[in-house]
Amino acid sequence: MTTTTTAVQEPVRANPSGTAGGSGRRPGRIRRIGLPYLLLLPALLLELLVHLIPMVIGVVMSFKELTQFYIRDWTTAPWAAFDNYKTSVEFNAPVGKALLHSFFVTVSFTLLSVGLCWLIGTAAAVFMQDTFRGRGLLRALFLVPYALPVYAAVITWVFMFQHDNGLVNHVLHDQLHLTDKPSFWLIGDNSFYALLTVSVWKGWPFAFLIVMAGLQNIPRELYEAAALDGAGMWQQIRRITLPSLRPVNQVLVLVLFLWTFNDFNTPYVLFGKSAPEAADLISVHIYQASFVTWNFGTGSAMSVLLLLFLLVVTGVYLVFTSRGRRTADV
Amino acid sequence: MRSIRAAAVGAVTMSLALAATACGGGSSTGGGSNDSPKTLTYWASNQGASIEIDKKVLQPELDKFQKQTGIKVKLEVVPWSDLLNRILTATTSGQGPDVLNIGNTWSASLQATGALLPWDAKNFAKIGGKDRFVDSALGSTGAEGKDPAAVPLYSMAYALYYNKKIFADAGIAKPPVTWDELIADGKKISAKGKSVLGAEGGNVSENIHHTFVFAKQHGADFFTSDGKPDFTNDNIVAAVKQYVDLMAKDKVIPTGDAEYAQNQSVSDFAKGKQAMLLWQSASANLKSQGMPDSDYGIAPVPVQSGTPGTGTQVNSMVAGINLAVFKNTKNLDGATKFVKFMTSDDEQKILNTAYSSIPPVKTAQEDAAFNTPANSVLKNTLATSASALPQVASESQFETTVGTAVKNLFAAVAAGKAVTTDSVKAELEKAQQQMPAA
Repeated sequence: MTTTTTAVQEPVRANPSGTAGGSGRRPGRIRRIGLPYLLLLPALLLELLVHLIPMVIGVVMSFKELTQFYIRDWTTAPWAAFDNYKTSVEFNAPVGKALLHSFFVTVSFTLLSVGLCWLIGTAAAVFMQDTFRGRGLLRALFLVPYALPVYAAVITWVFMFQHDNGLVNHVLHDQLHLTDKPSFWLIGDNSFYALLTVSVWKGWPFAFLIVMAGLQNIPRELYEAAALDGAGMWQQIRRITLPSLRPVNQVLVLVLFLWTFNDFNTPYVLFGKSAPEAADLISVHIYQASFVTWNFGTGSAMSVLLLLFLLVVTGVYLVFTSRGRRTADV
Repeated sequence: MRSIRAAAVGAVTMSLALAATACGGGSSTGGGSNDSPKTLTYWASNQGASIEIDKKVLQPELDKFQKQTGIKVKLEVVPWSDLLNRILTATTSGQGPDVLNIGNTWSASLQATGALLPWDAKNFAKIGGKDRFVDSALGSTGAEGKDPAAVPLYSMAYALYYNKKIFADAGIAKPPVTWDELIADGKKISAKGKSVLGAEGGNVSENIHHTFVFAKQHGADFFTSDGKPDFTNDNIVAAVKQYVDLMAKDKVIPTGDAEYAQNQSVSDFAKGKQAMLLWQSASANLKSQGMPDSDYGIAPVPVQSGTPGTGTQVNSMVAGINLAVFKNTKNLDGATKFVKFMTSDDEQKILNTAYSSIPPVKTAQEDAAFNTPANSVLKNTLATSASALPQVASESQFETTVGTAVKNLFAAVAAGKAVTTDSVKAELEKAQQQMPAA
């Protein structure tokens, strides 16, 4: 271990007189400057290989007419220029209209889901802040939905949402008599609420976990001082907890937003290949546009548009939240 | 100093290796070869009640093949929900099985990708000739005028399965022959508190299979003779409406079935909750769910009037499984031998008996095992009154778009909305607009 470290440090400290190795001053310097880059090369190439190349290929695909006739050797697929994009954003034509509808569904779904996840997660974390008997058990219990495999968790919800013998209808209709007749949850307009329920159920433990970690960093003394000044629970949350959690929330909301917006597993397991219109999330919509109708070019174009949208949202979000924080700090 | 040099050399080597692999993969568009003559990979579709059952059925046969030829077959049973995606992925990457099962309705779509070995006269000669197979089965192996993309393996047809006890309790002497009779019988059955007819309203493919038959009975086709989608003509609209009306107006299909997509209707039938089921080769499935053969009867699917036949008297699609060879196979000869083995008389008898399907091979079909009352209904349907789904390149898109339209219509009925000619037409129009222009 020690030998390696000294060996690595050696060239950095090599004496400037250029006596080492007897080579000239110049090549020695090139070697010295070049070595770190050489050592970075594998990492750089790997990054290219696993990260950038698939993305570039995806973008290239979006400019090709990649249908079932060309997928076997997609280098032969004709260039489509911006046709795929045109089809995707032509909102008067059926494909574009469906995409736009799916986009609005996704946006409202994401806003509701992230909002609820954050609210429930934060509330639970705040209530769990004080020690009490059974706190550890409750914390562990809260994290269960997050720890379950997605498929197993969502398929359980599918059974619960079934019309004829699902648990949800049994409770709402048979026991509580809240509805005049059993509702359909997996088809039709109610599917949006079914999807939202599962998404929030699955997502809030993450918010809970992160906020709980953030709460550990708020000094106890602040609360004690506030209590002495006569601040109640609500005042303490508003004046101490929430401002202190600001940096945590900034990241948490962004991550939840991106995950929810892009979520594929939940709607796919819940509804299968063709989601009901009310719950037609964009990720499944794109999947359907490419895999089910075998038009990978249009699918890629839609994905690229989605990527651009998320980039813009993320950028704007970060600029706004960071600026607000800087002025607050001053 | 030495370790730096070693690190530098390591870095360069690794970079080169990475660059090489990056350039290497992908391009694998060559035809078949015989580079690895001792092994084959076979993707089987899920024909039995579970994947485990399929393995139990197929493995002894594969062992037999190995004994005969010395070729080891690696078996993978792929569930239906994944099969088409897996085939598409294999097509795109060029990395796939050597031999595979495909749903016969996909033949023309997959043929268009060029991923499957065309069965020209020369290839057919290697497995005993094209005329060993039944014509109706050959009609579902690819677009007309092109060499088939696959060879028929199992044939199936739709039939009406009815619960004998429920029929007796309701005082119905014989199974319905026309839709009107079915609806009339339905009233008697409902009066006894049982549900009448099962359907998989959320299953896109099932919806297509039924609406296709209704369309035929209305004398309509979903595609024009030159292969263009024609979903909104009056007869198609009437056909789709008649099917959906079985739930909306005639109340023989319970509204709960609108969300069925995982064969729940088969379970309902097997549990004796429901009097009738329209299904393809259901015997093995029903048995595995605990319903003995003696409890139900099998009759042809109803028609509008008269008896089943050709033209508007069609009462089933030609359902079935085809066996295809992946063009990129590294064991072309072995793959052909395997197809020959699987379509041989002996194997056809064993496999089709196990899966309660009908052999598409003429000589195997004559075996006594396929003359039971159940099988003769299926065999007769296939021979006289079944029609192949459109063999066009955009068939799988058609299944998805129109199947989804029918699913939406059932969902609307379930939500209590009225289904009118206009609403049916609007859904079909939406489906047609999603079809590829070509």
